[in-house]
Amino acid sequence: MSDRFALRYALAMTVLLLGWRPVRGDVDFEKDVAPVLQEHCLSCHGPERAEGSLRLDSEAHVLKGGDSGVIVTPAASAESELIRRLKTDDASERMPLDRPALDEQAIAALESWIDAGANWPERFVIQSPDAIRLARAATHWSFQPIERPTVPDASDGHALSGIDRFIRDRLRQAGITPSPEADRETLIRRVTLDLIGLPPTPEEVDAFLADDHPDAYERLVDRLLASPHYGERWARPWLDLCHYADTDGYLTDQQRPVAWRYRQWLVDALNANMPFDRFTIEQLAGDLLPDATMNQRIATGFLRQTLSNREGGADLEEFRVKQILDRSQMVGTIWLGLTVGCAQCHDHKYDPLSQQEFYEFYACLNNADEINVDAPLPEEADAYFASREEYNARRQELIAPLATELEELQRRWEEKLLYAWKHPGEDHVWDRQWELLGLVWGGNLGEGQLEGIEIVKLDWEERTPRQKDDLLDYFLQSGSVIDADRFAELKLGALKAELDALRQQYPRATRAPMMQAALTPRQTYIFGRGDFRDRGDDVDPDLPDWLPDWEDTNDPSRLRLANWLISRENPLTARVTVNRMWQAFFGQGLVTTPEDFGARGAKPSHPDLLDWLAVEFIDSGWDVKEMHRRIVTSATYRQSSAARQDVKARDPQNVLLARQSSLRVPAEVVRDQALAASGLLSRTIGGPSVKPPQPERVTMEAFGYNDWQVSPAPDRYRRSVYTFVIRTAPFAQGIIFDAPNPNEICTRRVRSNTPLQALTLLNDPMFFEMACAMAGRVLTERNEDDARIAYAFRLAVARHPAPAEAERLQRFLEEQRKAFESQPTLADEWPTDAVPANVSSQEFAAWCNLCSALLNLHEFVTRD
Amino acid sequence: MIEQSFSQWRRRHFLRDTACGLGGIALADLLARDLPAGVEDNSSRPLAPKPPHHAPTAKNVIFLFMAGAPSQLDLFDPKPALVKHHGEPVPESYLSGLKDSLIKGSARLFGSPRTFNKHGECGMDFSDFLPNLATCADDLCMIRSVHTDISNHHPAQLMMNCGVPRFGLPSMGSWATYGLGSESDDLPGFVVMLSQNGDGDIGGAALWDSAFLPSTHRGVTFRSHGDPILHLSSPPGVTSQLQRDKLDLLGDLNRMRFEQHNDPEIASRIAAYELAFRMQTTGPELIDFSDETQQTLDAYGVGDELKNAFGSNCLLARRMVERGVRFVQLYHFTWDDHSDLNNKLADNCRRTEQGVAALIKDLRQRGLLDDTLIVWGGEFGRTPMNEVRRGINPGKEGRDHHPFAFTMLMAGGGVKSGYIHGRTDELGYHAAEDPVHVHDMQATILHCLGIDHTRLTYRHQGRDFRLTDVAGRVIEPILA
Repeated sequence: MSDRFALRYALAMTVLLLGWRPVRGDVDFEKDVAPVLQEHCLSCHGPERAEGSLRLDSEAHVLKGGDSGVIVTPAASAESELIRRLKTDDASERMPLDRPALDEQAIAALESWIDAGANWPERFVIQSPDAIRLARAATHWSFQPIERPTVPDASDGHALSGIDRFIRDRLRQAGITPSPEADRETLIRRVTLDLIGLPPTPEEVDAFLADDHPDAYERLVDRLLASPHYGERWARPWLDLCHYADTDGYLTDQQRPVAWRYRQWLVDALNANMPFDRFTIEQLAGDLLPDATMNQRIATGFLRQTLSNREGGADLEEFRVKQILDRSQMVGTIWLGLTVGCAQCHDHKYDPLSQQEFYEFYACLNNADEINVDAPLPEEADAYFASREEYNARRQELIAPLATELEELQRRWEEKLLYAWKHPGEDHVWDRQWELLGLVWGGNLGEGQLEGIEIVKLDWEERTPRQKDDLLDYFLQSGSVIDADRFAELKLGALKAELDALRQQYPRATRAPMMQAALTPRQTYIFGRGDFRDRGDDVDPDLPDWLPDWEDTNDPSRLRLANWLISRENPLTARVTVNRMWQAFFGQGLVTTPEDFGARGAKPSHPDLLDWLAVEFIDSGWDVKEMHRRIVTSATYRQSSAARQDVKARDPQNVLLARQSSLRVPAEVVRDQALAASGLLSRTIGGPSVKPPQPERVTMEAFGYNDWQVSPAPDRYRRSVYTFVIRTAPFAQGIIFDAPNPNEICTRRVRSNTPLQALTLLNDPMFFEMACAMAGRVLTERNEDDARIAYAFRLAVARHPAPAEAERLQRFLEEQRKAFESQPTLADEWPTDAVPANVSSQEFAAWCNLCSALLNLHEFVTRD
Repeated sequence: MIEQSFSQWRRRHFLRDTACGLGGIALADLLARDLPAGVEDNSSRPLAPKPPHHAPTAKNVIFLFMAGAPSQLDLFDPKPALVKHHGEPVPESYLSGLKDSLIKGSARLFGSPRTFNKHGECGMDFSDFLPNLATCADDLCMIRSVHTDISNHHPAQLMMNCGVPRFGLPSMGSWATYGLGSESDDLPGFVVMLSQNGDGDIGGAALWDSAFLPSTHRGVTFRSHGDPILHLSSPPGVTSQLQRDKLDLLGDLNRMRFEQHNDPEIASRIAAYELAFRMQTTGPELIDFSDETQQTLDAYGVGDELKNAFGSNCLLARRMVERGVRFVQLYHFTWDDHSDLNNKLADNCRRTEQGVAALIKDLRQRGLLDDTLIVWGGEFGRTPMNEVRRGINPGKEGRDHHPFAFTMLMAGGGVKSGYIHGRTDELGYHAAEDPVHVHDMQATILHCLGIDHTRLTYRHQGRDFRLTDVAGRVIEPILA
């Protein structure tokens, strides 16, 4: 591969501008002529492709001409073949072939230049757009092969990890000393929040403080990596990337009640430490693997996180194209760290990706259809499978008496639909029926909306029994428009009711969204200016020329793409992935733009460390937990996060990592920590989404029907990763604490600090309920003010309070008691269900306020 | 009480120890407020008023954002030729070289069914859908030649607010408070209000995002009923005093942490809590209209079933401006009339135009119009042709998105009144005279606030960013 790059680079360099002298005459060659040749001619008549043996990039080539002979006759534009071919009406001759003619101004510039003598500045070589692109690709850091860097020596004699040697080497060069290790209470809280997203319990802190084995910290890390909460915590940033939600998006924003099946797969895969290469393949192409298991197919639910527009009038193809664009961007951003979407309308302005290359990339994802299938949960499987044969038989029995008439009618209906599809605009009624099939199919069930349309396109004989059943069910529901009288005559309404009733009688299987190879293969086109109606050249699946080639196999392109992403030769995936991990543990990546490793992105602060981590990651067999373990056991990670006056001016962004960073915890962790401190947290892993309390108006102000029926306990106390996400009205507390817009890929969250966050933690009934539960717990589990204050403090921030802090809390408590004594009825308004036995409501209220304050501390929402 | 004097002592002590080393954070903001009178503090406060680049003609902006894009051709820009050629194909000359993806050549010209009249001494055109707004003709500056780069709602809304048609850049309100700070001690500097009813395409929080600017500059959404801000009320039983006690405790504990940790975010947190507490007092006051006369309420349409939502927000906008809120943005959606334009446009006008007129007159009467710049407009305009994208429904035609020419209004704060700027061609297709790009609108709004749009920049990822990207010119002819 490096040979290929070298060749490219050499090629690019030869066409660089070597020097020039001004042209004689009135036309400014550089300003008026060269850009025209460059933009319109050189992609076919340049160094890469000399069509008709003609090149227009240098004087020698232009004077030489091509297969058609000399093309420029100096001082006689009217006799020049070049001008004739630009002006002719004969489409087979007119240049540029198959593209719009040059405008008059451009042709006039060329004519004037020829008439003025066709002078070419000496040694001036016009770079072709391709050459410029490839020159960029050949030199940009992130496209270079990853080579294992030498690990710097550790000068201070300590047995330092590889990570620390890279970091300390830079610090040493800068003359900055690293920070000491954080104290143990800080450390256990930090690593627990980072690895499982929940705070350590006071008991866990005690155990760690008491553990004087030298490997106490390493064992703590191992325990956390093995925790089933690890998968929940690490699912969240991945769900940010694929922008998971439980609704369709757009105006109707219908529900997707089985979206969670993908999330479940994700949590399980992370907990099982699925190697990242397999993790990649299964999500992008699990359905295409030989003998794909149901789980591997469910993994492709990753690609189902795109939006679906079911609004009347929505052009089905327009929104299908948007989904493929979204998927292309996801793959581009998540694995390649490239803003590929920029090339949707034109060649990428900064990176070497051409528009054609973008659509070749897009083509890899274009031949996948959305489908939902019966995917029984473990507890459903036996009964479901055991009953299928009988169910199917009974279904057929019900249909059999009408089979012939029904088929005749349904075929007529399908013919009308297909005709409307192929001849839009002729018959509004059937245009609408076709549209409805795509809008209505599986609505509010989160099914692939185009599934019905794709089935109708199949020949009757090619359909699977299940496809036939599904389409028949739709036809019985919505097909009467073909012949209402006949529908009534055959009593198809009754048949539908019987079939529905039958379905209810038999065990069901929870469905799961996934992808399958397109039932009808699609050709991909370049869309002019990104407009799906403006079809340009057709393109086939391929990778950008400036990236290493993929393996030549007969696999479907989606699978080939997935395999290529995790191939050793791909310089991007490993770098981009370890960078996001680094970001998760230090607050910012070694590349601070995790979404953009291209020319406009940031350069890596520690390029060798990034490459070293990437190589180690690949060599470990893409072992994610191992990489997490390495990072959190490094001395760099374990440093104190206290700000340092001595480095502040020199490294305000803490790029050199002379200390850890204090980070506002993510929205989910804010809530989950409060749940844990209050003792209300439900630790159930997995399952459908739940609705914790939030003000009604949050969803009232959204579109459509989406009410917010708060889940009963204990589901309302589930971890936030399970919170139902409505695309048009995401959970309010999440948004206030910077949870991302669920319609967009998010590679890094904002960490804001606003009064709205204060109002939420102080006043949101959800948080106040937690504070009260926490008070009840503290009053029940400890005696005496001192012990209770210390316990409450530790529940909130893990560490023991300093004497001054305990003293101030005690004073607050007395202040509160006085207030409630002077206004005894005040406490009556407070929640009473959490008041422990033998505690007055006034005393309880005082403790509620104290606990609420603790859940508002800066330290509570911060990982130090 | 002992506790209170302890708190005061802690604050002073804290200030003495830390004020020198903090630099550029909100802590000083908080401390300055809590200091005994006579103690000066010179540290910077993120929302402290900052000097403008030049003398401003407006202190505040009220941007009435008509999301979804109202039809300029049925409200402000009468086109007799369009009526005359109604139903004919669009002349080929308009379509050659047309690169917009949404506009199909097959559409037919669609003459406005509205009646236009000239209003005010200036003789400004308004259609019969705008009877109240028309009475403000002599206060308005109408710009008929605005154009934008893109014809999809969300990107175009981002373009109008953030200067580029994509995510990730700060909004105009954020830039304004970043550049000038806030005149209000107890309300955010940038407030956003949405009309509750009506659904449609709106880009959401990205439109009032602060992006890479400090998050104190992000727009805060405000509601005109219930809690104006989510969770503004304390839980039942938590009196203002109890909440104050809690804030004092939090302040003290957070300060102790700061002494240990020196993290400036702690100071920001303290300041955010203090602002939150003040908002708890001023928020309910702000939305309590009991001190308004019935005449005022009626003028805005408060209490009227249709007009209440937008009218209340207009009144709130005035009350916010009175209290020093720098940038108020009202959203009304949706004006996205792809079909049945005649009826839907009438409905949206009924809901909103009275409130806008009331706001202009009320501000003028109170002497606030001179200090307040009002801007009215959507993200683009609508086509001179009828809609074909989603099929034609005879009698219920609509218009598609049109980025090439549309109308925006301004009033007050340093712009000419009773003045029409720019002209569209006879079909209203392109800006024929004095085209005004969205960046020019932005440059002009900032100019009125005393900001040079080329100098209000923020260094981010190695580049200086600004609201107007690399373009924008102040529209000199409309300045008073």
